[in-house]
Parts: sequence; C-alpha cells; structure tokens
Amino acid sequence: MALIDLANPTRFLSLTGRILPWLAAATALVFAYGFWLTAGAPDDYQQGATVKIMFLHVPSAWLAMFGWVVMSIAALGTLVWRHPLADMAAKAAAPIGAAFTLICLITGSLWGRPMWGTYWVWDARLTSVFVLFLMYLGVIALWRTIDDPTRAGRAAAILTLVGAINIPIIKFSVDWWNTLHQPASVVKMSGPAIHPTILLPLLVMAIAFTLLFITLHLAAMRNEILKRRIRSMHMMQAEAAPGR
Amino acid sequence: MDLGPHATFIIAAYAASVFILALLIGWIAIENRSLKRTLADFEARGITRRSDERKSTLHKAEPHQSPA
Repeated sequence: MALIDLANPTRFLSLTGRILPWLAAATALVFAYGFWLTAGAPDDYQQGATVKIMFLHVPSAWLAMFGWVVMSIAALGTLVWRHPLADMAAKAAAPIGAAFTLICLITGSLWGRPMWGTYWVWDARLTSVFVLFLMYLGVIALWRTIDDPTRAGRAAAILTLVGAINIPIIKFSVDWWNTLHQPASVVKMSGPAIHPTILLPLLVMAIAFTLLFITLHLAAMRNEILKRRIRSMHMMQAEAAPGR
Repeated sequence: MDLGPHATFIIAAYAASVFILALLIGWIAIENRSLKRTLADFEARGITRRSDERKSTLHKAEPHQSPA
C-alpha cells in the first residue's frame, strides 16, 4: 500500500482496523513494563520518592507539545495540500493533546507542592503550558462552533498554525527567563543529566505514552471518518425527503 | 514499596492520570460503538453512501468481475 493510498478514507479505515489491535496490545505491554520499572526505581537523592511523579509528568509534557506539532503538520496538510484526512487528523488530535496537557499540569502541581512548597506559580514554563491547554480548548470549541467540517477545518488550521509559536516558547522558556521550573535534563546538547536507573523508566514510560497517543489518535480519526459518513447520509436523507 | 512522606501526592498523581486516560479511552471507544450502530441503522433502512451505490451498480452491471 502506497502512502498516497491513505488519502482514501476507506483504505485508511481498513488499515486502522488491522493495526489498531496490535498497537493497543503493544501499548499495554510497554505500559506494564514501564509501571514495573517505575515501582522498582530508586528514590532520587533530592526528590525522594516523588521522582515517581516525573515518570508521568515528563512524558505527558512531551506528548502535550507533540499533539500540537501533529495538529500543525495536519494544518499544513489542510491549507497547503488539501489532504482529505488532514483536518480529520487535526480534529482527532485536539482532545488527546488537551488530555495530556491536563495530566502534565495536574502531575506538575502535585509534584510542586512537596518540592517547591506551592501547587502553582505564574512562571514562564507553567504559564506557557497553561496557555497551551487553553489553546487546545479553543481549537476544540472552534471545531464545534462551525457546522461545516471543511470551513471549520480551515479556521482551526489557521488558529493551530498561529498557536504553534507557543511550542518553542514552552521548550525554551526555562532558558530565556528566570523560572522556578528546572531546565532541560533529558533532551540537551551534552546528553541526559539523569542517572540510568531513573532515565530508563522515564524513557519506557515516554514510549508507552507515545504509543497510547498514536493508538488513540488513529481510533479518534476512524471515529471522525464515520461521523462524516453519517453526516453525508443525513444530508442524503434530507434531500430524498418528500416535499423537497 | 515505601513512598515516603509524600505518598499522598504520588498516589494522587497516578490516580488523576489513570482517571483522565480512562475517560479519554472510554469516550473514544463508546463513540465508536455508537457511530457504528448509527451507520448500521442507516444501512438497514437502505440509505447508503453515493460511492457505495455506484459500486453496487457496477457490480450489477458486471456480475463476473471480481471486486477490486
């Protein structure tokens, strides 16, 4: 199957039908391994056992940003290439990205209280991630406001591309401003600054979260295709109704 | 496994994450089931998509042709 074949929603549905069970199984297995590693991970010399919150917080933060990147690529697909599945991909990614952003905010707050002495501070990193969450809600609201999916897709694509400026702001906020949030310790030029006993569960959980994102995204895209089919059937039914 | 003095925060973080992800997975799965039911209902009433109609017309016209 060529990549261009995926532009056909029917072919996409048959492909997702085949790969989703395998993806779901792989996600469950990697999560099981990740939780097992998490349970056995040693306490951090400064954070103690609260380092276990990091195994949720860091991957969800990565996926929160990844979700918006996926939506931005899909937005280009809508506006530039007019790919038939692009706006469906963007619409399907929004609630998933919002969920990961919410997990990131909640777990961050629950880590912050014992470590910083506060649930929340309006520093650059926390504020920019909160803005990302609001942007996700804004895009979801925009999709629901405009009835015609094609028009909604174009409007959401423009908003998504404008909002993409927030992604580098989130990433570099800890370098550009004086923040309470610590700087990058995994993805950095000099290599990870974390001990392997903590880095391994973190990376395994990151893979599990990424697999979950992909699985849910494909499943949500499948739902979106079915929704549009139902919408077109409703319209056909209305056209065929007597008195028209 | 000893979670130390901040066990409440650790357990709350895991519980909140599991709860949010369970809601998300449940919502997508339930929506899929509901959409499939709606589509099946349409098909039972003889309402199919135009592309399906074209396919069935083609198959009627050429009964010996194997479907692509």
